[in-house]
Amino acid sequence: MKDTPLSNCERDFLLKAIEEKKRLDGRQTYDYRNIKITFGTDYGCCFVDLGKTRVMAQVSCELVAPKETRPNEGILFFNIELSPMASPAFEPGRQSELSVKLNRQLERCFRNSKCIDTESLCVVSGEKVWQIRVDVHTLNHDGNLMDAASIAAITALCHFRRPDVSIQGEEITVVSAQHSTVCLIYCTSNLDPCEREERVMDGLLMIAMNKHREICSIQSSGGIMLLKEQVLRCSKIASVKVSEITELISKALENDKKARKAGERCGFAESMPQERITALKMDETPVEMKNVTEKAEDIVKKYEAPPQSVPSPLVPAPGVGQVGQGQQNSWGLEEEDGESEEEEEMVVEDQPKNKLDQGECCK
Amino acid sequence: MEVCKSTDISLREFGCEQNLLSRPDGSASFIQGDTSVLAGMYGPAEVKVSKEIYDRATLEVLIQPKVGLPSVRERSQEQCVRETCEASLLSFLHPRSSLTLILQVVHNDGSLLSCLLNAACMALMDAGLPMSCLFCGVTCAINSDGQIITDPTVAQEKESRAILTFAIDSTDHKVLMSSTQGSFSVYELQQCIAVCQKASEKIFLFYRDSVQRRYSKTL
Repeated sequence: MKDTPLSNCERDFLLKAIEEKKRLDGRQTYDYRNIKITFGTDYGCCFVDLGKTRVMAQVSCELVAPKETRPNEGILFFNIELSPMASPAFEPGRQSELSVKLNRQLERCFRNSKCIDTESLCVVSGEKVWQIRVDVHTLNHDGNLMDAASIAAITALCHFRRPDVSIQGEEITVVSAQHSTVCLIYCTSNLDPCEREERVMDGLLMIAMNKHREICSIQSSGGIMLLKEQVLRCSKIASVKVSEITELISKALENDKKARKAGERCGFAESMPQERITALKMDETPVEMKNVTEKAEDIVKKYEAPPQSVPSPLVPAPGVGQVGQGQQNSWGLEEEDGESEEEEEMVVEDQPKNKLDQGECCK
Repeated sequence: MEVCKSTDISLREFGCEQNLLSRPDGSASFIQGDTSVLAGMYGPAEVKVSKEIYDRATLEVLIQPKVGLPSVRERSQEQCVRETCEASLLSFLHPRSSLTLILQVVHNDGSLLSCLLNAACMALMDAGLPMSCLFCGVTCAINSDGQIITDPTVAQEKESRAILTFAIDSTDHKVLMSSTQGSFSVYELQQCIAVCQKASEKIFLFYRDSVQRRYSKTL
């Protein structure tokens, strides 16, 4: 399915608006859209809404053998799925350029920043380590998937509980995420582009920073030439925004922790907004079972099972199984009158003897 | 003939939200207890020439599991959902176009296939596609004592000896699709179908209520 192309007048309008420091949805140049973080029922699942862009992340873990070059370290695996739900342009089974780019950026951002201590994931050195797998599913693409994905991934990692396997039994410990690293997308002149703005932009500057104001990675793509002052200005803005977002993440984690402690039901089901007109909930309902047994008995009585005539299998020779007799050859070969073509179902795979027989018959 | 003890037949709490995603033409999320599924629908849209059918729309269903890549299990679920949708959609009204339905598993706590079917139906309704009838999915499990449990959780499914899922249509309450696991007798099968037909009435009532609520301000 192809995406609707951007028309020239839309493009001109957007560029003109950006020149005049105006944005399509009324935001200021350095404003972020509303970020909403909710958690799923099990640990390690979280949803991030960045304006209308929606992303879901799930963390899971598995015990595997470590890489030979690093026997003491666990393995972190990131996977961003560009689901066809997010945009009609995303095809399933694709590996498109965008998907490769996002995957690489996310991996670099998290691996380089060392926000997860991989040595702590080791169980038995050289034999068993934890492989932490982060699956990020994009649900709705309204621009800036990278930011949403990075926020979702780090939040899910912070939320995840890894089972601690010891010889005696199992305990639950929290995966130690040392500091939150958050990526920020900054396109040529605007922060957090929405989908239309993304289509119009020439270049992109991505800065990944943690809350200690250390830049973890910078990526500039699109071939735009940036002045030194621009890069410095972007990093200053990034540090402000990153601290805001980190605070938001920790608040969300706190709220969820409190809710779980209080024993409330958590999850996607609970976070569904009730007041909206497009949402409805119905409580547990019993189903009346008045006439079920009678109805079932009636149906079974009415329709008797038809008598099955399945011929029983024969074993004419060792290694050969035969079910049924084939029918008369209807190809009109007069020489083959006497020989009835028997359909031989081969039970054992190597039947060269019988194949030869068949070949001789059909000469 | 064994008499099936049919106590404890109840459906878990449902919830549904429509039109929650801005890009797809129709989207819905359906929740049964803790099992939740998100569905997005695009169509009728342009179709690749290799996939086009001259007189009807080409329906494609994609099921994305939460962890990992889609495997054979998802393919078989896709087949079940696709056959149900094709039976109820009026695809002759949109020849040479494509309808793409994407289902994302958000959490699986039992009766996943029926939740997928329900979410699919709500997404098709939200997209405004012409359908001859609505459909709903109901799962029931038969446990070792012969008791029938509707809408089982994962724990209940593990202990049961058979799990049956039926897609039931809204006009005649007939079975559109059935997918079963485990062994059961003919009598138990008919009982389960009758139970699911009864349960489907509740689900259709829920569809009606949620659509009524949605259009209450406009109609």
